[in-house]
Amino acid sequence: MMRWVNRLTQNGKFHPMWIVLAVVSVLIVASVVLIPSLHEGNKEAAYDPPVHTTPPHPAAANLPEPDAGQADAAPIAPATQPASFTPPAESAMPSGELGDTIKLGRNIFVNTQVYAKGLVGSGLNCVNCHLDAGRKADSAPLWAAYVMFPAYRDKNHKVNSFEDRLAGCFRFSMNGTAPEYNSKEMIALTSYSYWLAKGAPTGVELAGRGYPKLAKPPLAADVQRGASVYQANCALCHGPNGLGTQVNGSYAFPPLWGKDSYNAGAGMHSAKNAAAFIRVNMPLGKGNSLSVQQAWDVAAFVNSHERPVDPRAKQ
Amino acid sequence: MKLTHTQAIQTALCLLALAQAGLSHADAQAGAVIAKNGTAGIAACMQCHGGNDVGNAAAGFPRLAGQNVDYLAKQLADFKAKLRTSPLMGPIASALSPTQMKDVADYYASLPGWKPAPGTPPGSALSVRGAQLAQHGNWDKGMPACFACHGVNGAGIAPHFPAIAGQGAVYIANQLKNWQTGARLTDPQGLMKAVADKLSADDISAVSAYLERPTNPAAGATP
Repeated sequence: MMRWVNRLTQNGKFHPMWIVLAVVSVLIVASVVLIPSLHEGNKEAAYDPPVHTTPPHPAAANLPEPDAGQADAAPIAPATQPASFTPPAESAMPSGELGDTIKLGRNIFVNTQVYAKGLVGSGLNCVNCHLDAGRKADSAPLWAAYVMFPAYRDKNHKVNSFEDRLAGCFRFSMNGTAPEYNSKEMIALTSYSYWLAKGAPTGVELAGRGYPKLAKPPLAADVQRGASVYQANCALCHGPNGLGTQVNGSYAFPPLWGKDSYNAGAGMHSAKNAAAFIRVNMPLGKGNSLSVQQAWDVAAFVNSHERPVDPRAKQ
Repeated sequence: MKLTHTQAIQTALCLLALAQAGLSHADAQAGAVIAKNGTAGIAACMQCHGGNDVGNAAAGFPRLAGQNVDYLAKQLADFKAKLRTSPLMGPIASALSPTQMKDVADYYASLPGWKPAPGTPPGSALSVRGAQLAQHGNWDKGMPACFACHGVNGAGIAPHFPAIAGQGAVYIANQLKNWQTGARLTDPQGLMKAVADKLSADDISAVSAYLERPTNPAAGATP
C-alpha cells in the first residue's frame, strides 16, 4: 500500500494531502445530511401564546395538546430549504378503476357531507381547512402529509399510519367516526392523497406542509380585540355568531364554533394552527391581509367559544 | 272553540306568516309596475334589462331575474350613493325612493333564476379555462374559485354574494374591469377587488364566457 502511494507520489500524479481532503469532504457532506435528521427526533415546535380567556371545557384541560396538524413533526429551523413540490393537475387524474377511486376520494374531500355522510358529526367538509381540494400549500396539503407517514405522533404516543392520521381528522376535526381502514372511504381518501403526492420524495419535508409557523404576536392574544377583527373581516361569510351560512340546508360557509363545528380536540382548536391558517388564507382571496397580531387575536376569539367536546374527555 | 296555549301561538305565527307573505307579494307587485311601466320620470327597467327580465347580454345589461333581494336593493342604493358609477343607472337609482328600490328588488328576486339548459354543447377551450377559474380558482396567484363565494354552480349565496351563472359575458367582464380600475367600489371588504386584481385580460375573457352559460356544472366546487 505504502509502496503504491510512494510510486504515485514520485510519478507526480498524487499527493498524500488528497486523501486528507477526500476524508474531510466526506465528513462535511455527512454532517450536512445527518445533523438535520438528528433534529427530526425532538421537534414539536408548538407555540401557543398566553390567551386571555378561560377554556370552555376545563375537563379537557389535562389532555395532550390538541391535534397539532400535519406539521406537528416539523423540524426545528432546518439548515436546508424544504423541497418544493407541485401536485399533478386535476386534468391529469388517471382513468380506470384506480382513477375512479381517486375521484371518489376527491369528492369525499370536497363534499364530505354528501360522500361520507354518516361518518361526519359536524357541518364541515375536509376542504374547509385544506383549501383547493387539499392541493394548496400552507393549507395542510394532502401531498405534503402523505409522504411523511408512517410517523410517531405525540398526540397518541405511537407510530401512526396515514390511515391513522385520516382517522384522527374524522374523529376530531369532523367530530365524527373514523371510516374502517378497508372501507371504500378510507381507500378512496388514501388513493387521492397518494395521487396528489405523485413524484414527491418520500419522507422529505416539503415546502408548504401543514400550516406555516407564525411569528409570536407583539401582544398576548386577546379575545376582545379578536371579536372586533372577527366582525370586520369574518362575519360576512361565517355569520355574526360564527355559525356559518347555509344554503338549502347545507353550509356554504363553514361554522367556526357551535355544535356543527370542529371539536375541542381538533388541530384547528390549537391557537397556533388557527392563527397561521387565518393569517395565510383568510379572508378567502385576501390571505396575508390581517396582521400577525390580528390573526392571533381572532384565532383566540374563535376558539373561545362553545364547541363539541374533545372525545378523549368523554372516556 | 277553545285554543290551547300552543295552538294559540301556532295560529298567531301562521297569521303573521300569511301577513308577511301578503305584504311581500304587494311589494313585488309594486315593483313589477315600475319594472314594466317605469314611474315618474323613470323608464321601465325592462327597456334595458330585457323583455323577459333576463338582461341584454350583447349590450352588457345584467340579468336581474332571480337575483337575491338584498344584493339588488344594495346595488340601487350604491348607484344612488355613487359607489357604483353608471351614466344610465346613476340617475335612475337617484330618482327611486328607498321603498321603490325595495319593491323593484322584491319583484326581480321573485322571478325564476337562471338554470342550465339541457343539451348545452360542450365548452370551447376558452370556457375550459373559464370553468377552471370558476370551479377551482387559480391558487398560484391566490385566487379562490368564483363558486367558493358565489355558491354551487354560481347560484349565489344570499345576502352578500350574487348569482353569477347565466349572467352575460359582456356584463361580467365589464364588472371585473371596473373592480380592477376602482370604478366599482361596492364589494364588501374589497373582496372582489382582491380577486379581480389576480385576473389577466385573458382570464377575464375566459371566465366571463364560461359564466354566461356554464356547461359543466361542478360536481364539487373547491374553495
